[in-house]
Amino acid sequence: MDNSAAQAYWKENISTILKLLVIWFVASYGCGIIFLDELNSISFGGFKLGFWFAQQGSIYIFVILIFVYAKMMERLEEKYDIHE
Amino acid sequence: MELQGLIYLFVGLSFGLYILIAIWARAGSTKEFYVAGGGVHPIMNGMATGADWMSAASFISLAGIVSLKGSDGGAYLMGWTGGYVLLAMLLAPYLRKFGKFTVPDFIGDRYYSNLARTVAVICVIFISFTYVAGQMRGVGIVFSRFLQVDINTGVIIGMVIVFIYAVLGGMKGITYTQVAQYCVMIFAFTVPAIFLSLQVTNTFLPQLGFGGKIPFAFDDGIRMIDSGTYLLHALDTSMTDLGFAAYTASHSGTWNVFMLTTALMLGTAGLPHVIVRFFTTPTVKGARISAGWALVFIAILYTQIPAVAAFARLNLIKNLQNVDYAKFVNNEVKRSDGSINRGSWFKTWEDSGLIAWNDRNGDGKIQVASGAAFTGAKGKPVFNGKTGKDGVKLTSNPAAPVNMTAAEEKANGKIINEVYLDRDIIVLANPEIAGLPNWVIAIIAAGGLAAALSTAAGLLLSISTAVSHDLIGQVLMKDPETGKSKLSEKAELFAARLAAVVAIIIAGYLGIYPPGFVAQVVAFAFGLAAASFFPAIVLGIFYKRMNKEGAIAGMLVGLIFTFSYIVYFVFMGGDKADYLWGIAPTGIGTIGMIIHFIVAIVVSAMTPPPPTEIQELVERIRIPRGAGAASAH
Repeated sequence: MDNSAAQAYWKENISTILKLLVIWFVASYGCGIIFLDELNSISFGGFKLGFWFAQQGSIYIFVILIFVYAKMMERLEEKYDIHE
Repeated sequence: MELQGLIYLFVGLSFGLYILIAIWARAGSTKEFYVAGGGVHPIMNGMATGADWMSAASFISLAGIVSLKGSDGGAYLMGWTGGYVLLAMLLAPYLRKFGKFTVPDFIGDRYYSNLARTVAVICVIFISFTYVAGQMRGVGIVFSRFLQVDINTGVIIGMVIVFIYAVLGGMKGITYTQVAQYCVMIFAFTVPAIFLSLQVTNTFLPQLGFGGKIPFAFDDGIRMIDSGTYLLHALDTSMTDLGFAAYTASHSGTWNVFMLTTALMLGTAGLPHVIVRFFTTPTVKGARISAGWALVFIAILYTQIPAVAAFARLNLIKNLQNVDYAKFVNNEVKRSDGSINRGSWFKTWEDSGLIAWNDRNGDGKIQVASGAAFTGAKGKPVFNGKTGKDGVKLTSNPAAPVNMTAAEEKANGKIINEVYLDRDIIVLANPEIAGLPNWVIAIIAAGGLAAALSTAAGLLLSISTAVSHDLIGQVLMKDPETGKSKLSEKAELFAARLAAVVAIIIAGYLGIYPPGFVAQVVAFAFGLAAASFFPAIVLGIFYKRMNKEGAIAGMLVGLIFTFSYIVYFVFMGGDKADYLWGIAPTGIGTIGMIIHFIVAIVVSAMTPPPPTEIQELVERIRIPRGAGAASAH
């Protein structure tokens, strides 16, 4: 693999990670901590939204994020033909 | 069958299983000992990581903490799962491509320095021993309650079991034992959780029951809570009635929750015994997927924890409030529906010293509310060895009596607290409090032990590997000409086993003389991991210019800062008013991590860049192709 392709791959890798980490941050720190009280004024079923994010919702989102990341990286590696 | 007999049976069966697996999967080579041969399937590896990860703190203490802290417990739930996202994206794939055995291996090679390697070994030992002390204390608690032995004997039994499979089997033995332990643990947590969910909310899945409605009415001491109220709403109401903060509202402040969550997230991503699990998958792709599976298996437990915490809190108020002590502990209290509110658990835990009652208004009934029923440090009771009326254990530090009858208290809208409850009993006593069948209680014992033992084994292995492979093999016995270890493989394997034995003995000592609460001690290990390894590894991968001077300075400053802050404020009685920006010691790892990043980058900018071959190494680990097996030096 030549150097410029390696660099392009690395750049796309970083941008993938950054995008997903923004979601990670919003779901946990954003909804579960910083805006907890504001979101708690929204209820669904027996839950207050902020509390739900802090105790359950963010965990579901974390799981999805890792599998999405694995899938995106797999595609990226095929694009640059560096898959194993 | 009697409860005690069932406990012996379940614990005995599960231990037998672990030992059989250990003998079947014993390690024959250093590669098998360190990374299980590097060919573990991602799902299997995910399950083992889950068991490795979920410790006595997760299984025993976490629901208790969440139950007591309510909304703020989210810091632990998010912190201990969100770190896997960082692990999957920022560390696991690159470390797998790097393909060696340990975290100090990576640090030593990436920073081309045996000093860096030695600092990393010291960090591993620090972090792992801090953590393992909590596990051993957990083993002691479970044994003392369920096997009716004293805590010291319990710790020694735990040491023997870990000795058999960690020393014989190394990583290979541990991986397969952990898969079995995961199954035992998840079964043991889920079964009672389902029972509780059905009982408290008529819903099968605890995750959903958490948002369900209670099918019964109960008296919280101040007012009746109607049947059909949402569980969380009922909790908010009754807890405010009793003088606590509302369950779903944050009360320790956004800032501290933020700091604690960050320390736990980055600590998770920097814990050596977790990182090393990603060296055991066959490919880079496998390492990424494996992190996903690990989190799936962890989430199965972690999404139940807040539900169990809420059920427990409600059950405590519902079953304890205003019951007659003498009748309660003799299982003679009847509920309105005619069923018996069995209270013998209250007596059992009183005997272990984790519950205490001080009848402050002299009405012979138990009242739960906020505030301490005993005076002195944290309201913990100090038993004086005497017993009072109805067999209640007396203490030398009861809080003053009050001159109000229960009826006057209620008319006043304020109940005076009479009960001390240790948070570690929430999960262990929960099924008894709820009156679940004996076999359910017995499997909890087996599950708690599985959780503590699997994590202890993983930690002990990272300590012994750091000592035998990195310290002895790569630093002390390195041949300067070939750059390889002078030890034969057989000798290194022997050294690894010997180091494991020594580590187990020290861990046992720490279990018998524990430095603090289970969960608290664990939180410190995370602070240290966040402040030492996470930045060093991330910079090593993402910042090519990072050199050894920066890395060594960063690790040392991060570790020393975090360690001294914790020791000063927790063990040397530092005053809360002197907290740096009001940050509690459990969250200080976040600041340690930031200091590490800053120091590392500044020092590295002022010193020469790393040699070309190191920059090429960094290029190489960024590209997944050609990971191959984890290789020796």
